[in-house]
Amino acid sequence: MQTVHSPDFKRNAARALADTGLQKALGTAKGAFLVRRAQAVANLPEFEQLRDIGRDIKNHTLANLDFYLEAFAANVERAGGKVHWCSTAEEARETVLAICRSVGAKTVTKGKSMISEELGINDHLEHHGITPVETDLGEYILQLRQETPSHIIAPAFHLNREDWEADFRRLHTHLPKDRVFNERADIVAEARSTLRDRFLAADVGITGANFLIAETGSSVIVTNEGNGDLTQTLPRVHIALASIEKVVPTLEDACNMLRLLARSATGQDFSVYTTFSTGVRRQEDLDGPEQYHVVLVDNGRTNMLGTEFQEMLRCIRCAACMNHCPVYGAVGGHAYGWVYPGPMGSVLTPSLVGIDKTGLLPNASTFCGKCESVCPVKIPLPKMMRHWREREFERHLTPATQRSNLKLWAWFAKRPTLYRLATRLGISALHMLARGKGAFASLPLASGWTKGRDLPAPEGETFMSAYARQQRAKGRR
Amino acid sequence: MSKEAILNGIRRGLKRGPLPADQQAMLAGRLASHPRHLQPARAQLPRPAQVALFLRNVEKEFGTVERVPHAGAVPGAVADYLAAQNLAPKFVLAPNPELWAMPWSERPMLEFHSGRAEATDMVSVQHGFVGVAETGTLMLPAAPTRPTTLNLLPDTEIVVLKASGIVAGYEDAFDRLRAENQDALTGGFMPRNIMFVTGPSRSADIEQTLELGAHGPRRLHIILIDDDPAALAQDAADEAGFAPLPGAAPAWTETAPATDTWAPPAPQPGVAAPQADQG
Ligand code: SF4
Repeated sequence: MQTVHSPDFKRNAARALADTGLQKALGTAKGAFLVRRAQAVANLPEFEQLRDIGRDIKNHTLANLDFYLEAFAANVERAGGKVHWCSTAEEARETVLAICRSVGAKTVTKGKSMISEELGINDHLEHHGITPVETDLGEYILQLRQETPSHIIAPAFHLNREDWEADFRRLHTHLPKDRVFNERADIVAEARSTLRDRFLAADVGITGANFLIAETGSSVIVTNEGNGDLTQTLPRVHIALASIEKVVPTLEDACNMLRLLARSATGQDFSVYTTFSTGVRRQEDLDGPEQYHVVLVDNGRTNMLGTEFQEMLRCIRCAACMNHCPVYGAVGGHAYGWVYPGPMGSVLTPSLVGIDKTGLLPNASTFCGKCESVCPVKIPLPKMMRHWREREFERHLTPATQRSNLKLWAWFAKRPTLYRLATRLGISALHMLARGKGAFASLPLASGWTKGRDLPAPEGETFMSAYARQQRAKGRR
Repeated sequence: MSKEAILNGIRRGLKRGPLPADQQAMLAGRLASHPRHLQPARAQLPRPAQVALFLRNVEKEFGTVERVPHAGAVPGAVADYLAAQNLAPKFVLAPNPELWAMPWSERPMLEFHSGRAEATDMVSVQHGFVGVAETGTLMLPAAPTRPTTLNLLPDTEIVVLKASGIVAGYEDAFDRLRAENQDALTGGFMPRNIMFVTGPSRSADIEQTLELGAHGPRRLHIILIDDDPAALAQDAADEAGFAPLPGAAPAWTETAPATDTWAPPAPQPGVAAPQADQG
């Protein structure tokens, strides 16, 4: 399993802010996903209703998770597949290795999968003499660079075009050294031709799953490149890795989730390839795998049920929360120190690896609320980060200064009149400083904070005073 | 057993035991009735507008389209497309009786074999099942007559689709499949694989900038057969003197494709070719 570096968030973040290459990449990428998502959402007037439905589908599934997982497993087996229930990452790794060994696998192709990163599948296979080959373009270059993804849908979010060219030149030694990359398309073409042979040679293909369908026993992957489909179609064996919360009841439920997923992720109306795999190659089929395995992983999820973090299990890994997060936008994904970055990572990582191992992570937030407002399944991310802060506080894991600040806040919060006055004063002061610009590039006493981000200027009044004003206006009508 | 451990963990978390029988029956009922959710209004259109929306969305996603009046015009459309793209007139054809029945011999330059795709195949001609108007998405369920590799290995994929196969949403596509496909292994309707394809392969992994032609086809071309009078704009339908009949075999079905790699159609149990919707 990938080592957890989350307690180093502060140091990681400082390093990230000083990394000019990273800052350039973040600057280039920033906004691309945002604009596209906004357009896609604007083009579907029902989007807001679909979000409510999506939230409800996931809640219904979680409340009956045992039933739907058993139904899913029964249908996989009816279609000639096999389900492997794994409580821990270790169990899942051993299961994958055993399947690979049972067919004498030498190379394994892989579709992009975050659960594979979480489980540390690649290291484990490599350690046992099996070569994993990442085939998603972004994952492929990261494997060449021996790096981890910095984003859950765009793994190479932190790289610039120059990095791609330099690495390809350095590592694709079978090609002429002085070749020219005129455009990005040349880089894509080189990866395509280099990986073709790997696809054809692989004995086993490993993919993740965006959804599992209880009704039909299908695993669903959503991709744009086609690498996931080549991975699960060409080798003799297909292994789908999925955590238990990926299941939805029916195809109709999946359709609703799919209308949300691509729009929230890349701003596409639908991804290029949305593929449902159900069991093994049929008798008359001319292609497709002879073995179909689903490795169903808990790895800490059941512990989240019944807690204030249960709602996090609705997550469909679209990455909208990190795309819209000012903290992520300033420091990138690696600073978060584990597999899942951004707001969803700040909530999920402590749940999966323990708050004692993640330290400051739930503080990596400005509490601007943007993540919750774009989350397709309406996960209350800021509230959950607050829950973690409270838990952390209770356990006295917080440095003394933060504890006293929180105490001060608590003292104020319990005295509403004072609190309102204090926040109003604070806001007036900020407003004066911003001088109508709408955002501050720097703030006295908070330069460590404003260096890496723009603080949106408060819009003149607190919620409480705006609310009071509206109430008064209503009263007059 | 980890299965029991996981199920018990779920129940512990949810603070309950196994679900009572009546609750289980209710959930089984939900699976059996698989209720639909909200259907976006954008695709709930009269037939001609629905087909037009499908085509518009295909093009928006960088696919290309040609409409032909009847199945007999497909070989010509394939030949002309390949010539226009400067591609060799060679392809792998889905082993589908409807495709086999087309007058390929009228275009003797075309060279093809019928079967699954291999790494050396540069062009495929695939049999389309359904087109989803909502997003310009093709539904391609795997079948002996519709191998999955045709959607993946070639550089160029040409999909032959009937206008009668165009539906509003993904749920409508699944309804067609539920009605028309019988899977011998499971007794259900799901084939081993269903690909929903929206435009040619692409990647935005380099600086979040879109590049076409990642690992799958660089080009996706759809040849749409206007077999559905209701799908034509009324004046166009009149002009075409449109009256296709189900099962009325045109003369050219007698001619077997004249290439040496062609294999005679084998009976395909359990796989229903999509029926033209004349309704
Ligand atoms: S938390 Fe919400 S927005 Fe973030 S990845 Fe998950 S589903 Fe997407």
